[in-house]
Amino acid sequence: MRFVDEFRDREKAQVLAARIAALCEPGRRYGLMEICGGHTHTIYKHGIEDYLPEAVQLVHGPGCPVCVIPMGRVDDAIWIAEQQGVTMTSFGDLLRVPGSRGSFLDATARGADIRMVYSPLDSLRIARDNPDRRVVFMAIGFETTSPSTAMTVLRAAAEGLENFSVFCNHVTIIPALQAILASPELHIDGFIGPGHVSTVIGCEPYRFIAAERGRPFVVAGFEPLDILQSIQMLLLQLREGRSEVENQYTRVVSWEGNQKALQAIDEVMEPRPTFEWRGLGWIPDSAMRIREKYARFDAERLFDIPAARVADPPACQCGEVLRGIIKPWECRVFGTACTPETPIGTCMVSSEGACAAYYNFGRFSRQRVRQATPA
Amino acid sequence: MCLGIPGEVVALDIDRPGMATVNVAGARRQVNVMLVEEERVQPGDWVLIHVGFALAKIDEEEARLTLSHLEEMGQAYRDELRAISQSRID
Repeated sequence: MRFVDEFRDREKAQVLAARIAALCEPGRRYGLMEICGGHTHTIYKHGIEDYLPEAVQLVHGPGCPVCVIPMGRVDDAIWIAEQQGVTMTSFGDLLRVPGSRGSFLDATARGADIRMVYSPLDSLRIARDNPDRRVVFMAIGFETTSPSTAMTVLRAAAEGLENFSVFCNHVTIIPALQAILASPELHIDGFIGPGHVSTVIGCEPYRFIAAERGRPFVVAGFEPLDILQSIQMLLLQLREGRSEVENQYTRVVSWEGNQKALQAIDEVMEPRPTFEWRGLGWIPDSAMRIREKYARFDAERLFDIPAARVADPPACQCGEVLRGIIKPWECRVFGTACTPETPIGTCMVSSEGACAAYYNFGRFSRQRVRQATPA
Repeated sequence: MCLGIPGEVVALDIDRPGMATVNVAGARRQVNVMLVEEERVQPGDWVLIHVGFALAKIDEEEARLTLSHLEEMGQAYRDELRAISQSRID
């Protein structure tokens, strides 16, 4: 356990904090976006902001797949689940995500057969065990889960399974980052890059952010010290006028990524022309659909889905939270009408959502603490 | 869903290529290891598992680090372990 203790060493955190403070130029402010919901979780769980100078502001990004799924897709999934003979399977994370007619849990209460699975392979087994049911897997996630969906479709094809399909909602991180960079209301100086997604896609795809958009990008691990070290690496680049892609999480992430996983995705899926993201709107090429070759496993082709556009609830400000424009506690329903028990918005549903992370760990921004306790 | 959970490979399944028996949080589970084939995963190796698939080979120290981080996550990790315990991948 020496390694663990070493990484959790508070003194090390303080040394990094001192280096970070020393790297900040007087009068300059730094907006750093952590893309991944897992990083947001670590930041609030461990109070990383307490180690940072005022000048460094962390902005939470859109990297929580549960948080970015639009209501319309939840409605469509529930519509499929309510068709005759359908068994819908879903990761547990999604069960409480509200659509305009309630969540999967509400649909289950109305009589739909929706089952929680850990893996798409569990969904495949359910299909095999229930040949009289049409089993649909509700596929969501970034490149961390899309290879698994692709591999499962390949397996279903190899087995010749005829009662299994996928409702594909997989999204891709790069177009979302392009959309964020194009947003005029957002000031981002650098990115704390996602750890697990990069395990699959590697570091190369981020190069345009550094090379063309001039923003340093550091792929980071999930430990508190990983985050602090990544912030230090970003600030050092900014100080030296560099903008490069660096990999802080070399323990797990390779520069090339997982080629087998990328091949599996490419074999089974292709980019959609456009896809709606909660809070970010429609983003070109930002999601995957099942290729024609595997049409018989594509729920969107097998079912006549209503595909209705649904606006987010007016009270909900998840969109502004996901674009980093407001902090979770600045949302008008945060912690009052919207809590993890009765979420209005997706950011409160997932434990990796920025709102749930704030809510669960009770960490409010330093400004708010100051406002509440005037000197 | 987003949690990468470390597991120690116990045995490669001879009958089912691409599958392995992996010790995950004290329980033996079936995990698909086709995506880490090139890493030549062997019994005793640690892998990072996402939704039933090993996505990366990691070393033992990284595995312990990740496990202690997951344990600190509380409910999210307990939910994931509960889901894994009900999983029957084959």
